[in-house]
Amino acid sequence: MSTATLVTAPLATAGKLFAFGADVVLGVFRRPFQVREFIQQAWFIASVTIIPTALVAIPFGAVIALQAGSLIQQFGAQSFAGSAAVLAVVREAGPIATALLVAGAGGSAIAADLGARKIREELDAMMVLGIDPIQRLVVPRVLACMLVAVFLNGLVSVVGVIGGYAFNVVLQGGTPGAYLASFTALAQTADLYQGMAKALVFGFIAAIVAAYKGMHADGGPRGVGQAVNEAVVITFLLLFLANFVMSALYFQLVPAKAL
Amino acid sequence: MGVEVRVEGLTKSFGKQTIWRDVSLTLPAGQISVMLGPSGTGKSVFLKALIGLLKPDEGHIFIEGTDIATCSERDLYDIRKLFGVLFQDGAMFGSMTLFDNVAFPLREHTRKTETEIREIVMEKMSMVGLVGAEDKLPGEISGGMRKRAGLARALVLEPEIVLFDEPDSGLDPVRTAFINQLIVDLNAQIEATFLIVTHDINTARTVPDNIGLLFHRHLAMFGPREMLLSSEEPAVRQFLNAQTIGPIGMSEEKDADELAGENHDLLPPLPPIPLQLLPTDGRPRPTQAPPGAWCVANGVTPPPGSFLDDGTALGASASRQPVSSGGAA
Repeated sequence: MSTATLVTAPLATAGKLFAFGADVVLGVFRRPFQVREFIQQAWFIASVTIIPTALVAIPFGAVIALQAGSLIQQFGAQSFAGSAAVLAVVREAGPIATALLVAGAGGSAIAADLGARKIREELDAMMVLGIDPIQRLVVPRVLACMLVAVFLNGLVSVVGVIGGYAFNVVLQGGTPGAYLASFTALAQTADLYQGMAKALVFGFIAAIVAAYKGMHADGGPRGVGQAVNEAVVITFLLLFLANFVMSALYFQLVPAKAL
Repeated sequence: MGVEVRVEGLTKSFGKQTIWRDVSLTLPAGQISVMLGPSGTGKSVFLKALIGLLKPDEGHIFIEGTDIATCSERDLYDIRKLFGVLFQDGAMFGSMTLFDNVAFPLREHTRKTETEIREIVMEKMSMVGLVGAEDKLPGEISGGMRKRAGLARALVLEPEIVLFDEPDSGLDPVRTAFINQLIVDLNAQIEATFLIVTHDINTARTVPDNIGLLFHRHLAMFGPREMLLSSEEPAVRQFLNAQTIGPIGMSEEKDADELAGENHDLLPPLPPIPLQLLPTDGRPRPTQAPPGAWCVANGVTPPPGSFLDDGTALGASASRQPVSSGGAA
């Protein structure tokens, strides 16, 4: 392989992924919309992600309560423990935990499913029958993944806040009233919206990468395993990058609440 | 009536590796053609290029005036409705029952009611002998049944062109004979243009009207069955008679030294050309030429013993007089 191709190969892959994403976005507006497939997939993705998400959210909330709580204690600002925990969970922990689970559980399932169809020539068969697999299979999966990601984000926020509350009040001897009262001291409604927006984008990226990798699986069962693996790794990289960009944008666009 | 497929100067390569170059042939409307070739010569790639799943680097594929190699994605999806394709393992949708699999193209492309769909699906299922298995999942049936189910799905939209990707791979000789008989019966019934990709010699010798041979990255020969079966061209002769002497080696084509070392005087004589497989009812297909007609028309003497009804060929029981080489053809 020449130096030129070494440099351009990753660019070409990125370009193909982008083109694939554009195809999917166009496919969303093409009729008929596959309602059945969308509902089935949403149900499927939810069923593989809900329980792990809830289980991850509890220690996530607790760890934030622990870190923020002890730091705040040193400043002598225990009354703000609740507000710090809420801010951290809603702004960052929620979307990040959602990202991990959507990519790890939902994305891997999508990549494995489409990869298996690809190597069994089901996708070729579908194209030959005059049906576009992007419109028939990928669009419903992407939309389902986005919907489920938003719900998961809500779930993580609620479970994380409850976990943090329990940890703070029961184990760290915090005051329940003060914890609850400080909820809105720093957090604002815009925080919830940005969490949802992040979850939507994460769901989109995870599903696009998984579908792209799955549909380009090659070389038998081993190729499917490789596609799933690559899909999860690439999704993680992209999601953390997207999270950083969106957080930075949010701080520029929405002024922090004055104390 | 089937549609003619005209391929002109088709070339395809993956990276630096040329798969085949300058392939030109015409699949005559309504006839059965077979594409042969040693393993790894790009037979399946050729088939995928014909349906537009792979874009060739150069050349044209004309079907009803549309060039598949250059037309838009939208035209491609339209032209594909003329095709029925049987994939190697059937390519059934794993999450659907056989019935839903066969009904799938109807539900996606037509506005037929469920009753009409059931009628059509059951008709195709009985054509391929799968009545009673319609509620099974593809994972629960044998490879031969999956192939037949794939065939039923390929036929459900009344295709004008049917492509078979190795219909005999992984099947025992009896099942292969049955699927060959099925192919011949179907051609007689729906009169579509058939193209079979295979490397089974017996299929190639008895089923098609035309044979093509892909070898050494080009199309070695394409023409009527009798032309190839009586051909003295080394690669064609070697492949169609499954011999070790000839230009085709174990892994690739042999080099000049190896070829020169072989004693071509010891080549066994060409075996007799067998009778073509007839439909089950014993009447020749409308597009089928009488046995020996090509040899007579081109003044070729077929190998001794050709076109004799030895009673072994399935469905060849109805006696048909071979055209004698001296008689009027």
